[in-house]
Amino acid sequence: MQEELFTSGRHIPNIDPSLEIWHWPISVYLFLGGLAAGILFFGALLYILGKEDEYPTAVKTASIIPPIALSIGLLALVYDLTHPLYTWQLYTTFRIESPMSWGAWVLLITTPLSFLWTFSYYREVYPKLEAKLKVFKRFKFLNTIEKFTIKNKKNIAYALIPLALILGVYTGILLSAFNARPLWNNAILGPLFLVSGLSTGAAAIILLSKTKTEKHLFGKIDLGLIIIELALITHMIMGYYAGSQVQLEAMQLLIAGDFTLMFFGFVVILGLIVPAILEFIELIGFKVPVVVPALMVIIGGLIFRFVMVEAGQLTRFLY
Amino acid sequence: MRYAMVIDTLKCVGCSDCVVACQTENNVPIGYCRDWITETVDGTYPNIALELKSERCNHCANAPCVRCCPTGASHIVDGGIVLVTADECIGCGACIESCPYDARYQHPDGYVDKCTFCHHRLQKGQLPACVSVCPTKCMYFGDLDNPNSEVSLLLKNRKHKTLAPEAGTDPHVFYLI
Repeated sequence: MQEELFTSGRHIPNIDPSLEIWHWPISVYLFLGGLAAGILFFGALLYILGKEDEYPTAVKTASIIPPIALSIGLLALVYDLTHPLYTWQLYTTFRIESPMSWGAWVLLITTPLSFLWTFSYYREVYPKLEAKLKVFKRFKFLNTIEKFTIKNKKNIAYALIPLALILGVYTGILLSAFNARPLWNNAILGPLFLVSGLSTGAAAIILLSKTKTEKHLFGKIDLGLIIIELALITHMIMGYYAGSQVQLEAMQLLIAGDFTLMFFGFVVILGLIVPAILEFIELIGFKVPVVVPALMVIIGGLIFRFVMVEAGQLTRFLY
Repeated sequence: MRYAMVIDTLKCVGCSDCVVACQTENNVPIGYCRDWITETVDGTYPNIALELKSERCNHCANAPCVRCCPTGASHIVDGGIVLVTADECIGCGACIESCPYDARYQHPDGYVDKCTFCHHRLQKGQLPACVSVCPTKCMYFGDLDNPNSEVSLLLKNRKHKTLAPEAGTDPHVFYLI
């Protein structure tokens, strides 16, 4: 038996007895970043494939979500900093080994592009709003921006695909790069967060979509992504199971500890397996309101971020 | 030049003098500390062994905190000392998450703070505050690159360990056992 205790009275706020450095804004951001990455990826891909009019929600309507999600996500990130006035220091350097530096720069490029992307569809998607606001008449420079965007649409789409993928992977790598937190420290977290982000993106497109063909296509895509995600989660658990002592202890949190109900109940069963079954039933012809599985996937994705961020901070090497 | 600290767990009595000296020398805010004492009891009564030791930032050669810092505020200076530049730090917490020793904390002023091996004292040719006050003289500080320094000779002649070497950080605070 080994017992270890602090005798100098170490009770540092937010660090002892367990880390609470990253709070809810980080989980919210990881979710919103993944969601935005998913929608941008599908939008840009379908645009390049020339399916803009066949799948209007994915390319046009849903494009309003990424700029809003990324803006809220960025605010959440800055809100969780303890030295926020120095945020500009992120952009004085690029540190190739730091996932957060990658994230900061990718967000700096992706956020304005996502604004441009949705702006180029503004007149088409919201004609009534434009008739009321008449922003194009009031602010002449908007015409120039619109012209520029439409002219470079294809280039923006080509840029958005890798950017969205980096954004999606980065939300996972951000956590997995910390070898001090055994729960996070596995290479599968990057792809897992990417797939989860794409899946919530597809679900959001299903929610907004009005045409049957589009709902059908994204139902299929989402089903495939959920199956991949379940496989990746299995791999993640297997990785802990075959890992070192600290990883075995970390695994206990998910499979037989404080986060088991949240993880298996709300993420794996209600957030992945049940919606997968519902989407499958819908695909083979039964009538299921697709809103239900889509919402379950989105809520499951959000809870997944909270579980990973909070459980990860409970795992450590010493003490 | 490679600074290292060697702490003799057989001589340490856990008086916490090093902790207080550090707090005083470095103006550590109340409720925080850059070093601390742990007491480890091994075994079952009556066969038990007690180990006391003073712990702090390990000034790792492969420092995960420096690697993940997005602004470069965490950096390594001459002698392998890991430092934080307060006005480059945005307080993102990545370094705190990355430290297997939980040696860093968020200063109430926002930036991240930690043990500096008393870098300001070293520049004046003095020892770190904790080492200089230790009443049992169980702490040693010096240059590992010099084979005749006190720390090199101790590590050559005595059994020693580091904390969580499995974390792969190559820590440079050694404990004689």
